[in-house]
Amino acid sequence: MGDTLLEVRNLHVHFDTYDGVAEVINGVDFTIDEGETAALVGETGCGKSVTVKAIMGLLPAARIPEGEIVYKGQNMLNLSDAERHARRGREMSMIMQDPMTSLNPVLTVGEQMTDVLKWQGRRRLSVTEWVRDKLARTSDAEYRERAIEMLADVDISAPERVFDSYPVELSGGMRQRVLIAIAVLSEPDFLIADEPGTALDVTTEAKILDLLDELVEERDTSVLYITHDLGIAREVSDFINVMYAGEIVEQAPTSDLFADPQHPYTRGLLESIPTLSTGIGDGIEGHLPDYTDPPSACRFADRCPYAEPECREVYPYPRQTDDEHAIACHLFDGPPAHERHVDIAAEPVNIGRPPWKESSETNSESDAVADGGSIQ
Amino acid sequence: MATENTERIFDSNDTARQERIKQLKRGVQSFTQNKLSVIGLLMILTLVFAAIFAPYIAPYPEDAGPGVNYDQASQPPSLEHPMGTDTTGRDIFSRVLFGARLSLLMGIVVLSIAISIGVTLGLVAGYLGGKTNTVIMRTTDVFLAIPPTLLAMTVVAATGASLINVMIAIAFSWWSWYTRLVQGEVLSIKEDEFIESSRALGSGWFRTTFKEILPNVLSPITVKATLDMGFVILVGAGLSFLGLGAQPPTPTWGAMIAQGRNYVTSFWWIAVFPGLAISFAVLGFNFIGDGLRDVLDVEVN
Repeated sequence: MGDTLLEVRNLHVHFDTYDGVAEVINGVDFTIDEGETAALVGETGCGKSVTVKAIMGLLPAARIPEGEIVYKGQNMLNLSDAERHARRGREMSMIMQDPMTSLNPVLTVGEQMTDVLKWQGRRRLSVTEWVRDKLARTSDAEYRERAIEMLADVDISAPERVFDSYPVELSGGMRQRVLIAIAVLSEPDFLIADEPGTALDVTTEAKILDLLDELVEERDTSVLYITHDLGIAREVSDFINVMYAGEIVEQAPTSDLFADPQHPYTRGLLESIPTLSTGIGDGIEGHLPDYTDPPSACRFADRCPYAEPECREVYPYPRQTDDEHAIACHLFDGPPAHERHVDIAAEPVNIGRPPWKESSETNSESDAVADGGSIQ
Repeated sequence: MATENTERIFDSNDTARQERIKQLKRGVQSFTQNKLSVIGLLMILTLVFAAIFAPYIAPYPEDAGPGVNYDQASQPPSLEHPMGTDTTGRDIFSRVLFGARLSLLMGIVVLSIAISIGVTLGLVAGYLGGKTNTVIMRTTDVFLAIPPTLLAMTVVAATGASLINVMIAIAFSWWSWYTRLVQGEVLSIKEDEFIESSRALGSGWFRTTFKEILPNVLSPITVKATLDMGFVILVGAGLSFLGLGAQPPTPTWGAMIAQGRNYVTSFWWIAVFPGLAISFAVLGFNFIGDGLRDVLDVEVN
């Protein structure tokens, strides 16, 4: 693992709506190292996509009142639109969620691919540039070759034909491959994969994820996977950030997280995974809070089976427990989580034990829940 | 594995090309199923043919000019003069044929100008939004509020009556419809995921609007343009009826009606045949436009 590539610090994203200000992202911190694959996990609507769009700079309607997005030592939020535009696609790229709608229906795959190579990073193309490009046909052949090579790299067996096809003529799996090919085409250092393959059937999804894994391994690309499925996150990433209602509630290396899930939300997510032996899983009661009027303290308190009065009064800031494992929860009996640490990796604290561990004799109900979680 | 299977089927024959041909066939079929659109297409093909070959078809091509032939004045329709002659003895059939040239030219020029202005402004307004959108769309609203004939008359009155001025004047009052049409379409398309996807891959606003969005709004533009051809011809005829268009002896349909309107009771053919020609053109374009609308499945207004 190399140096830090991307560091998101205390990111807040607000949207102005008719019902008031929606505080959709509320203080998100995470880092991605060079060559690392991390995952952002959470249920639908918890702000995963908003977070990555903020990183990409694709949120024209949002306000970012606080926070930093430091990419290669530069705070992206201080850059001009043109500078951010120059980085999109080249330095950081994104694979969109739905292969059915993420390709332009009226352009062939080939046009969309060569266009990426041609116009990426140029703010606008001038008329003279356009004419020069039309005259210099030679460059097109070069682009075509590169695009077809890339299509072959994503295991498409007839790349020339796919190059000349319209998206409607391709199956979902093929389109997802094309999307991946387009995203990796310009060899970005950082790739965001927004639930790749979720719209596909399970076998295809598995193949797509394998393929993506291989591609990024070869190119030493850092990847941030967005997913709602902890199973997939475990499969593809080294590090998992669990997100709930616009906050990161728990972050840990993948193996640690599964060995010792600490936040009640993470435990709830793990219990929600259907298994062959115990049925379709329990799920988590309740709904996401209203973003225009979120709880001022712990946003998960209303759904938390262990919530204490403190959880509804004081905001829980993330604390680092042991190496690289951080959680934002009051339920542990160690020192209070009342203050924000400038750098959560500063020094690990012993946050103590959660209620479901110390009361295994007195409270058999929560004990059963805890056991169910650790099976996963 | 499922993917491998689909890929192999895809490989085994030229599915992509076949699918495209099939789709084209389906489009042609649904267009031809509608009798009216086929009739419209035939009407317009006739018109275009007549316009292109007017000098060869016309029995008296010299009558398109200022010819005077009082021997033949005000003849009723006969084999010699299928639509009769006007008060100065010119063959109306020949003049109607030459009039088709001017009407089609008018439609094409006006719509080319109106579409290039209107579509560009609509794309920019819809995509950039904000202040740009407000400025462009409010200006458009102002133009929409003024009847095109009236606005065109004002412009021609200011610039002087000539065919070029009439065309510019009509285009000037026509672009706003395209701006509104395109802006509405862009507003919905720009929320589509493929637009965001292309932005994430580094496409700037210029490329996004003209390369990604524009091809997606071509169908409604095509349908509206076809329907508008008829209306533009109608408005053009109206202006030349009022004497604001091409000056005599240029054979425009509107001017011919104006010339014959004093003699409708005695020499009805002088005004009726150019009038029928206008109806013929307008109906033809409307039939095609309706047919295209069904095939392309778009809503215009």
